[in-house]
Amino acid sequence: MDFLISGITSITPQQIVMYVIGAVLIWLAISKDLEPVLLLPLGFGAILVNLPDSGVLNQTLEGIGETNGIIQWLFDVGIEASEAMPILLFIGIGAMIDFGPLLSNPKLFLFGAAAQFGIFAAILVAVFLGFDLKDAASIGIIGAADGPTSILVSQVLGSNYVGPIAVVAYSYMALVPIIQPVVIRLLTTKKERCIHMEYKAVNVSRKAKIIFPIVVTFVAGLVAPMSVSLVGFLMFGNLLRECGVLNNLSDAAQNILSNLVSLLLGITVAFSMRAESFVNPQTLLIMVIGLAAFIFDTAAGVLFAKLLNLFTKEKVNPMIGAAGISAFPMAARVVQRMALKEDPSNVLIMQATGTNVSGQIASVVAGGVILSVVSSIL
Amino acid sequence: MNMELVMQALEVMWKGMLSIFTVIIILTILVYVLNKILKD
Repeated sequence: MDFLISGITSITPQQIVMYVIGAVLIWLAISKDLEPVLLLPLGFGAILVNLPDSGVLNQTLEGIGETNGIIQWLFDVGIEASEAMPILLFIGIGAMIDFGPLLSNPKLFLFGAAAQFGIFAAILVAVFLGFDLKDAASIGIIGAADGPTSILVSQVLGSNYVGPIAVVAYSYMALVPIIQPVVIRLLTTKKERCIHMEYKAVNVSRKAKIIFPIVVTFVAGLVAPMSVSLVGFLMFGNLLRECGVLNNLSDAAQNILSNLVSLLLGITVAFSMRAESFVNPQTLLIMVIGLAAFIFDTAAGVLFAKLLNLFTKEKVNPMIGAAGISAFPMAARVVQRMALKEDPSNVLIMQATGTNVSGQIASVVAGGVILSVVSSIL
Repeated sequence: MNMELVMQALEVMWKGMLSIFTVIIILTILVYVLNKILKD
């Protein structure tokens, strides 16, 4: 009768930890509504891949030989071979983004760039904590506040921590409304938080909206060629949205494609949450460094806005800088909520949204730049 | 601590931030130009 209980007796303590982590992720997704699109499939996947001799992973059976497991196959084909899943998701994301608020106020672009500083500060912290450059860069990209970019960069760099990086990236994105206000308050005075910014609605032409994704692809591609897959697919999705003649495809990208890829992405990334590669002290360090990355991002955006205020006549509310991270639309909402709390007549939503979409472009450029720079150094 | 690794991380930092700001500043200028020359 041993065959009936062999599964139970072969469970390891590390696998039990993974069941608990899986259950916590599912609980966070359902009860707390924290990034449920990814955390729920990740949580369930964590349980699936950690059952002893799980059939979702490749196994060698006595008398039969090698059998293929569906999650391992999805990971091999959809992520490891081509990074297809995170890249395809960018078509959907691009189709969802309206760059109008950014195009009508182009100086907001600068805040998106400044708020990527956390990525590089986190890389430095990771190196200080003993990670090699490939893993440090993969961990630092958590600061892009962009789940698909984090998965893609860590996978391309061959990091040993794809699973923890994905979990930490999505978890902190969901925690932006808790992390950012603390940092913003520490770095700004009440008077600064009350600065009003006049919104001058510039009419952006349809031609400009169509040309914009093509221009971004060219510029990013020529300066950082490795960013072309990320930026190119993001901008392809946006071109579908703005061209006006492919509304069906735009709808499909925004809804069907992004839902389908998101559904599979979470459970596929769970392949890298096998107990032997997840339950270790490095995962805890990655959580700490990821938090530091979000704090540095927010601080850099706010301090950059304060720096600009030293040289410009028209003052910027420094909180706008914090919206330069890619987490959309959470970062913009945080800034708007804080502005209204300080002064109920202070409406910053358009500027915050423009900055936030700038952060989306800057974060994918940052992903490509890291791949280029790290590969040139190694 | 491995100083060579720290120097490499610093190199990634300055090259990375410089590249991102280069892309973003070019885009900012181009968008100003696009808005000037393209009207509906």
